[in-house]
Amino acid sequence: MLHEHYAVVLLFILFGIFFANLALGAAKIFRPRSNRVGDKGVSFECGELPVGSAWVRFNIRFYLIALFFIIFDVEVIFIYPWAAVFKSLYPALGSLMFIEMMVFIAILVLGLVYIWAKGDLDWVKTLSKRDGNKEVSGA
Amino acid sequence: MGDMVFYLFALMTVLSGFFVVFSKNIVHAGFSLMFTLFGVAGLFAMLGADFLAITQTMVYIGGVLVLVLFVVMMTRIPAQNLPKSSFNRKIPAGIFSVLIFAIVFKVIGGTEWNVLPVDAPEATISMIGQKLLTEFIFPFEYASIVLLLAMIGAAILIRERKIDDDEEVQS
Amino acid sequence: MEIITKLLTETFGLQLDNTGQLVAGGLTMALIMALVMATCAIVWTWAERKVAGFIQSRYGPMRVGKYHGALQPVADMVKILGKEDIIPDDADKPLFVLAPIIIFIASLLPWAAVPFAPGFIASDMDLGLFYIFAVSSGAIVGILMAGWASNNKWALYGAARGAAQMVSYEIPLALATIPVVMRTGSLNMNDIVIGQQGGIFHWNAFHDPFLFVAFMIYFISSIAEVNRGPFDMPETESELVAGYHTEYTGMRFALFFLSEYANLFLVSCIATAVFLGGWNLPVGNAVVLPGLVFLAKAVLLVLIQIWIRWTLPRLRVDQLMHVCWKVLIPLSLLCLLGSGILLMVSGEIAA
Repeated sequence: MLHEHYAVVLLFILFGIFFANLALGAAKIFRPRSNRVGDKGVSFECGELPVGSAWVRFNIRFYLIALFFIIFDVEVIFIYPWAAVFKSLYPALGSLMFIEMMVFIAILVLGLVYIWAKGDLDWVKTLSKRDGNKEVSGA
Repeated sequence: MGDMVFYLFALMTVLSGFFVVFSKNIVHAGFSLMFTLFGVAGLFAMLGADFLAITQTMVYIGGVLVLVLFVVMMTRIPAQNLPKSSFNRKIPAGIFSVLIFAIVFKVIGGTEWNVLPVDAPEATISMIGQKLLTEFIFPFEYASIVLLLAMIGAAILIRERKIDDDEEVQS
Repeated sequence: MEIITKLLTETFGLQLDNTGQLVAGGLTMALIMALVMATCAIVWTWAERKVAGFIQSRYGPMRVGKYHGALQPVADMVKILGKEDIIPDDADKPLFVLAPIIIFIASLLPWAAVPFAPGFIASDMDLGLFYIFAVSSGAIVGILMAGWASNNKWALYGAARGAAQMVSYEIPLALATIPVVMRTGSLNMNDIVIGQQGGIFHWNAFHDPFLFVAFMIYFISSIAEVNRGPFDMPETESELVAGYHTEYTGMRFALFFLSEYANLFLVSCIATAVFLGGWNLPVGNAVVLPGLVFLAKAVLLVLIQIWIRWTLPRLRVDQLMHVCWKVLIPLSLLCLLGSGILLMVSGEIAA
């Protein structure tokens, strides 16, 4: 049987779909009919006609950020159950359980230090190298 | 009622999964992956695995899917000009998919499932925390090493490509 | 939820079995939360303009409504209702239509686990805090979808920046709450609030220095998480026009706007519940008008966020990432270490 607390979440989703469509439907009644004359359907590019498609390649850094996020996200997910039982298990396990988690985090901090030292966290590293100016990446 | 919700999630998972595989537009495929992942999260929640359901939402929808979308958006294949897969590629692909399906089917059918009573245990998170720190302490610490390697690997892979992409990247 | 089901069954005399109670109660809570979101958009747009006016030595809206333009948001709403619905010719139509709905749902869902008052929480789940972070990450996909579907350069850049920023800041946001979870021993939002009973120094933010730093980390990251100034890189007017919703008009735009202001209030509500004692009063153990106390704290936090937005200049993208990865994440890990040691040394948990 569906767990009660998650049934509420499902109801929230259903209601959200209903409410959003209600709002869009209400607007449909009140708004004027769209007359698509001239360049109205052209996407906005500061008043000029758009040059080429907007579907360009992303900077590869976005990919890197998303990858690092997943790794730290998984770390957070490991920490949460530990934090939730920290209080109740401490009497039984003592500071050992704290040390276990600190080892876990320390290994990941090692990774953070590595990407930090290698400059993977600098958004404009390549730029600063080309200009021979290291301070650009700072701030 | 419960059955109906199950079929809703199952249908959502399977249909959007089909769409991911068969869609000609790679970006549409990426976005419909969201519904697949969400359907699986719903199934987890129905099984009483609340921690898994939320982890699924957080890691897969919030993380992996965003990563997939960035990758898909980086490929720059116009939606209409996907390379046509030739016929002699489809044959081995078909054979392999049938084989994989057969193996998975056999494994699922042949496993002795440890069926638990329907009442899901309350407070799954404290159980997970307890097991992680006592019984499964080695896999737990091992996981952090795997994550460390993944992080370093990702950094190295991307560092090598950085220079080629420099001219045309934007924003 | 209990209050609502009680109200439905006893006051209105509805005859319902268990499933019926669940469905009726859940839908009513969802309606209430959607109305809370709508109220957010109405009140905060007005408050934002008035505060901005005050900070910049001008009046802000004055005409509509008798008192200081009080009806300005209503006029805006009527205007939005009458706006033409334009979908660009080059847009990816199905995704363009779907994106605002997904963003709206992603910002409605976290409200299910916000504890406004004892018994007034839609879903009192064990993993409340974790759930809130998980479902609000759905908005990232919605933003990417909106940006991609618009087929507009500004929209796509805004979406890419927004997604990168939101995923980055989600980590310090979640890490900052871990000392609280350690202290409470639970992820349940009700438990977290009840654990802070007994005056201001029992509130998590003012309990010890590490938790105070954690609160600051949470507050800074939450501003970035809702894409507000000084972290409003995804919507920088001067370079990206309006960010990922550049191409949206009328009601579709309104859904984005609604979600944005609702998220602003949401992060303040979570900060209130997790760090500022929720419905607990600064002195004593008594529970007096819990809902109002909760709202007062959350409103104060929103006003501070508005104040920050109109005071500080915007960051650059590289500074944004610098703050997140090189300052907030190491600092929040230190907080975790410090408050863990403090918990063990101070004897707050029995050894």
